[in-house]
Amino acid sequence: MTTKPHHPPSAAWKQDGEELTLELAGDWKRDGPEVKVSGKSPEVRLPTRYNLNQLGAYDSSLPAFLFAHFRSIASSAKDKTEQPTLDGLPAKLRGLLALALAVPEESETSLPTDADSVLGKLGLMTLSFFGKVQSFLDFAGLTVLSVARFCVGRARFRTSDFWMVLQQCGADALPIVALISFLIGLILAFVGNVQLTHFGANLYVADLVGIAMVREMGVVMTAIIMSGRTAAAFAAHIGSMKANEEIDALRTFGFNPFDFLVLPRLLALVLMMPLLTIYADVIGILGGMLVGSFVGIPPELYWNETLASLDMTNSSLGVIKSVFFGATIAMSGCMMGMQAGKSSAAVGEATTQAVVASITAIVVLDSAFAAIFTLLDI
Amino acid sequence: MTAKITVRDLTMAYGDLVVMHDLNFEIQDKDIFVIMGGSGCGKSTLLRHLIGLQEPAKGSIFYGEEDFTASNPDERSAFIRRFGVMYQSGALWSSLTLGENISMPLEESGKMNAASVRDLVAYKLALVGLSGFEDFYPAQISGGMKKRAAIARAMALDPDILFLDEPSSGLDPLSSRRLDDLILGLRDSQGSTIVIVTHELASIFSIGTKALFLDTATKTQGAIGPPCELREHSENPAVRRFLNRGDTPESKSS
Repeated sequence: MTTKPHHPPSAAWKQDGEELTLELAGDWKRDGPEVKVSGKSPEVRLPTRYNLNQLGAYDSSLPAFLFAHFRSIASSAKDKTEQPTLDGLPAKLRGLLALALAVPEESETSLPTDADSVLGKLGLMTLSFFGKVQSFLDFAGLTVLSVARFCVGRARFRTSDFWMVLQQCGADALPIVALISFLIGLILAFVGNVQLTHFGANLYVADLVGIAMVREMGVVMTAIIMSGRTAAAFAAHIGSMKANEEIDALRTFGFNPFDFLVLPRLLALVLMMPLLTIYADVIGILGGMLVGSFVGIPPELYWNETLASLDMTNSSLGVIKSVFFGATIAMSGCMMGMQAGKSSAAVGEATTQAVVASITAIVVLDSAFAAIFTLLDI
Repeated sequence: MTAKITVRDLTMAYGDLVVMHDLNFEIQDKDIFVIMGGSGCGKSTLLRHLIGLQEPAKGSIFYGEEDFTASNPDERSAFIRRFGVMYQSGALWSSLTLGENISMPLEESGKMNAASVRDLVAYKLALVGLSGFEDFYPAQISGGMKKRAAIARAMALDPDILFLDEPSSGLDPLSSRRLDDLILGLRDSQGSTIVIVTHELASIFSIGTKALFLDTATKTQGAIGPPCELREHSENPAVRRFLNRGDTPESKSS
């Protein structure tokens, strides 16, 4: 089968006194060459006649071209009701255009667009910043109220939900937390060993790894893992529940969505984070011990040195921080989920924001803790 | 007698965008009240206002004599416990089975034992033709079945007022008919008042006792009255056109 050679599509405007003729020629194909427009396209007038002698085959690109022209004239014309003449067009084309033109363009359907000017953008950014601060404060306030209701026994949620979340953010997280903290312990020990060997003090690798793990690395790494794992899961779950009107459904059955969704997650993470942190600390120290045994520190000696270097103050600092980090992770995840828009794209965005917000908040909080502990000299 | 639901001068808006203004109507006890109108005219938004998920920009809603709009959270949750709501998308809790979806509101009252909850769940599912689907998750059933399960959940607490958002869209004609019968049965046997958002003309005429037409062009109520009467005699041509699928009675007879 041979295909016909394509004639490039063209449109030409011919003004003849009162008559305005639109000459359409060539093959109008979506994948064909670009349309050549010649003659001055009148901004305000509709064609009165069509010349289609040279018109070949066409698909939707021809009615689309005509439709766009009609619409642009209609938007500038004073008389909005003036209908373009379609006489002279092939019946099929006439039918399609009549269908497209049947419902006038809704002038109010266009959504408000963002400001174009720099000042306008700055203004919008500022407003959105204050909006975010306010929505965070709202959320924090509602969370406090919800916790208060829990304390007096008035908060209602499914206990099975709570156990489920507890498992997801506790037991299910053990392997990844173990892997990461083991490797962190290993890395700390390697780096420490290289430096301390210069001074013939490589036994102090145990002190270094021990203190670094229990004070900072154990809790911070666990919190970052949980941000990526759990905050994202919370945001995605709650966000898709919101998109599917499930949260509205909770409300109309008299359940408080905060008590029902945020509270069990918050409680579960606040309970699990300290446990995970202690677990991460121990595994990290074991990682350091492995490196120690390679560089000639017997495990027993390494263990004793670690125990000697750690006191109760050091060991409890990380665990105390983990409670706050747990609350931060749960709140970031739940807040982004509750504030998500009602589409699948919005749920994805909420998930990303939850992880970013959670990690940022953890690092900021940790710096604040570091400053406070320095001031308190602990 | 006071109406069951009275809506006075209600204006609904998203920010500055007014969806509908100056709505005034009453829903009587045991009415099957139909809210109809073209797509996107604000039917579901009106429903969300009636159940308190959105606040009016202006005006108020009364249940009986009591002002719902001005109620405090405790009063409001007492109101809400009298409602059953079926959402357009079903909105079944996706992490729970159909049985759990229906039993959760029942268990929350805390007064029923497990066996009677199970019986009640089975009965409600049977009413909507879903016997034996207790252990299915919402993701495992079809769209039409989800709608029916959502209606079963809405009826779980034997609500005084049942709100249904497009219950029959997406149902086959037989299920749709069954649903109409179910709604009539609920009204007659339980004495519930039913508010339906729909544009299924067949349902509107067969079960609606009163209908409210929201007019997109004027952004307010176009007409209110019994649907069959509106179809023939409404003064608003948009209403007649809507109820006759675009044909006006004159053009049909000619």
